[in-house]
Amino acid sequence: MNIGVCISHVPDTAAKIKIKEDLSQIDYTSVPFIINPYDEFAMEEAIRIKEKSGGTTYAISLGKDGVKESLRKALATGIDEAIHIKTELELDSSAVAKNLCDEIKSLNLELVFMGKQSVDFDSSATGQILSELLGFNCITNCVSFSLDGRNVRAEREIEGGREVLETTLPVIITAQKGLNEPRYASLKGIMAAKKKNIVEKNAAYTECKTKVIGFSLPKGKSAGKVLSADSDGVKELVRLLKEEAKVF
Amino acid sequence: MNKFIGVDYYDTSGLLSEEEILVRDTVREFVSDEVIPVIERYCRESTFPMEIIPKLAELGLFGTSLPQKYGCAEMNSVVYGLVCQELERGDSGIRSFVSVQSSLVMYPIYTFGSEAQRQKWLPGLAKGEKIGCFGLTEPDFGSNPGGMITRAEKVDGGYVLNGAKMWITNGTIADVAVVWAKLDGKVAGFLVEKGFKGFAAPEMKGKHSLKASVTSELTFDNVFIPEENRLPEGNGLKSPLMCLNQARYGIAWGVVGSMMACYDSALNYSKSRIQFGKPIAAFQMTQEKLVYMLTEITKAQLLNLQLGRLKDSGKLRFQQVSMAKRNNCEKALEIARMSREVLGANGILDEYPVMRHAANLESVKTYEGTHEMHTLILGEDVTGIPAFE
Repeated sequence: MNIGVCISHVPDTAAKIKIKEDLSQIDYTSVPFIINPYDEFAMEEAIRIKEKSGGTTYAISLGKDGVKESLRKALATGIDEAIHIKTELELDSSAVAKNLCDEIKSLNLELVFMGKQSVDFDSSATGQILSELLGFNCITNCVSFSLDGRNVRAEREIEGGREVLETTLPVIITAQKGLNEPRYASLKGIMAAKKKNIVEKNAAYTECKTKVIGFSLPKGKSAGKVLSADSDGVKELVRLLKEEAKVF
Repeated sequence: MNKFIGVDYYDTSGLLSEEEILVRDTVREFVSDEVIPVIERYCRESTFPMEIIPKLAELGLFGTSLPQKYGCAEMNSVVYGLVCQELERGDSGIRSFVSVQSSLVMYPIYTFGSEAQRQKWLPGLAKGEKIGCFGLTEPDFGSNPGGMITRAEKVDGGYVLNGAKMWITNGTIADVAVVWAKLDGKVAGFLVEKGFKGFAAPEMKGKHSLKASVTSELTFDNVFIPEENRLPEGNGLKSPLMCLNQARYGIAWGVVGSMMACYDSALNYSKSRIQFGKPIAAFQMTQEKLVYMLTEITKAQLLNLQLGRLKDSGKLRFQQVSMAKRNNCEKALEIARMSREVLGANGILDEYPVMRHAANLESVKTYEGTHEMHTLILGEDVTGIPAFE
């Protein structure tokens, strides 16, 4: 079976984010980018199914030229084909989903994995919108997945436990941490990926339903308090936890 | 702990290809996830993390530049250097394991071995199913390997080997030892297999350095070596020295990993450690140390990269490798000690990596050609006069 994986190219979670002076845009100068960590679980699941049952895996990513880095890494990790939908614009979830929808239709995919959210803008909406546009079933925040013929069984994380769901293909699965342990790209994989072509297309939809007006950074943390290491310190700690932090 | 994103003040990444960056970042992530969380425990126990071997193999880190037909990645020398650099950010012992397997075992089997020997050993070594070691140094012959006492004698169907080797990384855990011995007064190479009668490889204990690495003696008491286990092209002292040149190249890169680990540790610590009401990073003497470290790291990175490009273009001279090995090991040790000073008393604890790196680097500065020998190699190169003859 052919499987799709939607990949988002996001700033490294360890990078310090700056905002341009007019507060309208993020300053990406010298910010390293990575594959969205939740998409790595999605990618691993797709590769495992392919290794077990055959087929072709497709990684699809939308954005500027930089997304090719993530697509190249996807190929090095074991994805078979990569598609770059090009746009210079910062699109919202709805516009991203519309572009992905066309691509998934043209590839005739019935099983598509993606991260539960991208760690850059955290909308957590693309998978759900995409499933509506395609008329696919959708299970979000999956921590376990299995496929038997056309029957899908998945577990998802809910508050305080897990929910077990069944559905059928076609389906969009959004991946949560815990779904699997993603593999590293191997040196041989990196060499093989070098020879592969990344298919380029232009984004057909660039109209967004929402518009970014501005950004602001969180306030800096205030300095911590150091208490004495004796019984007075303990009393003070209890008082602060109760009265200031209000933890009990 | 903050995720490590590298030290690259002069944007040397901009001089790397897409796949070189991908290899570096993959190994970096692997080291952060798989080496750093466990390495202090292995050091305390003075054992090598055996379970890491299949993981290193899965990534394809053994024999990275050898042909794909033997199960290797067939990548360039810069990639091999970057692999060493990232591994040594974790620990010199892990990098040593990979250096030995790749440069001192797979390289000589590939370069001096017969096609049958390559077929027999290289795929297993690449998969990490087989482990190798390299026997050149002897108890009384370190910097002067040409004086070796270990002897091979021709007998019917093969050779008989007698002698001893010392300071052999991976010796005790190795399935095959690439051993150099005098045969009719000339150095020859042999593949000595685990279990050969009369061959023993006891582990050397009590090291204060490279604790997460196996170091052994090799002893040969009338060991019969079949003819097919002699390396047909390994003739003369030049052959083992060619192997050492490969390994030294990897070390020159590797120690930059140690430098980055120590600098990163010192920088983070100095920004959070408050004395006299401000972070110690605000004091001029701390800033001077940090700037010195960063400058030396940047110089070493540029030195290595050009060294790698020379190697890949076939223009590399062994003296150039000596310069990088000599300089980078010395600076790495200096940076480790300086970082320890920035960390004050905390620097001696294994909660931080600096003391472990400092201890490891004492070995790294000495093995694969001491600092002094590399000085003399360069001295001969510039004056034309060998000081050690």
